[in-house]
Amino acid sequence: MVKELKSPVRIVLENCGKINPESIEEYIAQGGYKAVNRVLQEMKPEEVINEIKASGLQGRGGAAFPTGLKWEFTSRAKDTPRYIICNADEGEPGTFKDRPILEGDPHKIIEGMIIAGYAVGAHYGYIYIRGEYILSINRFQKALEQAEEHRFLGEDILESGFNFQIEIHQGAGSYVCGEETALMDSIEGKRGNPRFKPPFPPSSGLWKKPTVINNVETLANIAPIILKGADWFRGFGTKECPGTKVYAVSGHVKEVGVVEAPMGITLRKIINEYAGGMRQGKFKMAQVGGTAGAILGEDMLDVSLDYASLKRKGLVLGSGAILVMDETTCCVDMLKCFLNFFKRECCGKCVPGRIGTEKLLEITTSISQGKGKEDDIDLILQTAKVMQKASLCALGQSPILPISTILKYFKEEFIEHIKGRCPTGVCKI
Amino acid sequence: MKLRDKEKDVIALLSEAQRESKHNYITEEKLKLIAQEAGLSYSEVYGVATFYSLFSLKPRGEYIIRVCDSGPCHLMGSRSIFEVLEEELKIKVGETTPDGKFTLEETSCLGICDEAPAMMINEKVYGNLTPQEIKKILKRLREKKW
Ligand SMILES: Cc1cc2nc3c(=O)[nH]c(=O)nc-3n(C[C@H](O)[C@H](O)[C@H](O)COP(=O)(O)O)c2cc1C
Repeated sequence: MVKELKSPVRIVLENCGKINPESIEEYIAQGGYKAVNRVLQEMKPEEVINEIKASGLQGRGGAAFPTGLKWEFTSRAKDTPRYIICNADEGEPGTFKDRPILEGDPHKIIEGMIIAGYAVGAHYGYIYIRGEYILSINRFQKALEQAEEHRFLGEDILESGFNFQIEIHQGAGSYVCGEETALMDSIEGKRGNPRFKPPFPPSSGLWKKPTVINNVETLANIAPIILKGADWFRGFGTKECPGTKVYAVSGHVKEVGVVEAPMGITLRKIINEYAGGMRQGKFKMAQVGGTAGAILGEDMLDVSLDYASLKRKGLVLGSGAILVMDETTCCVDMLKCFLNFFKRECCGKCVPGRIGTEKLLEITTSISQGKGKEDDIDLILQTAKVMQKASLCALGQSPILPISTILKYFKEEFIEHIKGRCPTGVCKI
Repeated sequence: MKLRDKEKDVIALLSEAQRESKHNYITEEKLKLIAQEAGLSYSEVYGVATFYSLFSLKPRGEYIIRVCDSGPCHLMGSRSIFEVLEEELKIKVGETTPDGKFTLEETSCLGICDEAPAMMINEKVYGNLTPQEIKKILKRLREKKW
């Protein structure tokens, strides 16, 4: 089980660790499938979409697109059939916030998918679970069987005339397959290369049909919103970003784990109040949003961790991963680690991605070995900037953010390496 | 009712082929067969098989050790985990021991950062690793009968 820190609010994680995830009866006893019941018996599809729109729920997979709007676009697409996809690929390094839901409360995800299906007029759903999440896959399979037995899935669900079924698709080891269009190609049985956008999934997604793709955490918010209403949901978080976020905290803190908190909590609060403070050393930096996210220094400890506030500062919340690093951490060594990840996971389809990720790693590695040249720092920045403009998908567009932010704070440390010294003693020069 | 024809799902077919193989890989003959079954060309199926890191076209060990070296694990000392494994197994990342027992691989984040540094051996997760712990795990696996 994923370790959960003491969450101040529990909407998404409400049942996790509380009920037996392999028992649909326990889920139902907690009010489970009531939302499906309400939607099918009392609400028109437009009403469901309007409720989700009114809640202000934004996608929790990283891009923060308004969920209600995504559903509305899909519902208005002419083509059929339409599809619902749940993105459970969770590959962004430092992100382990969907796993507690998959392992601890699979029925909540199923409920969200059924409601999404009803809202947009889709009868088929896929959940794409990364192949390494063995327990998640097994639990989800069991949950699907139970939901079918209880007639929440299948034909004529709860005598409403609505049909919906869900199938699991297992990933086979690829970060970029978490990107929505690559994921669709992967379900279609192809290499997971991202597609050129537009067209966007609501008009042309899986098998070129209108598709809603939502993250696990996004879908886990649906049933609570339907049951308690958009106004209740807006009571949490900030005006621009309502609700909670499940943050995944790792690194040099006393307690690592996930914590669900109102959107807009600060980094300082997460570290000190929920993660028990720093393990030993002093705080140096944190990377927020995964490897594709920005480096935040001490001056950012009190910034509100929500999509809108971070965006205004040119930063991202991304998946909500928070990697905390103390003074013993070497910036060059960490950047090399991040760039190694991009290089390994780049699909190779576009030139800026393919060559760019390779070159960034090469130059940074040479800096870490004390073989760097003075203009290497500019060269990595320039390369990453070109990649940001010219890459096909967010993988190639991402390295600029960790690179530019780490250099903003710690350029001196890079220069020290070029001069032949690693201040923390991590790099062997 | 099925969402689609399982016979045509190349990735599922590849997974199955690899699972059935004793040495955790997909043979050329199998690739050809799958291409036929799915109505695709050999090169298309080859392209799919080489895209995903969980597939291999080379024979591998009975136990595939996949060590994470992404941010959180790197920070918590995954490099020393690689060192111990390379020393104990006398192989480098990407290689298989001569007795065909172990293959060592480097992987991207496994989503078990709450137990960093972490690795998977086949389908089992091992977290909060230390050099001593690794030695114990290897000893247990070595003593296991084929
Ligand atoms: C390289 C890359 C990897 C991604 N990985 C994931 C992932 O593992 N899980 C996820 O939910 N979204 C991931 N996304 C975001 C998806 O493309 C997409 O925005 C998301 O599934 C939409 O769901 P949401 O609106 O509910 O957030 C990734 C995006 C990129 C560019």
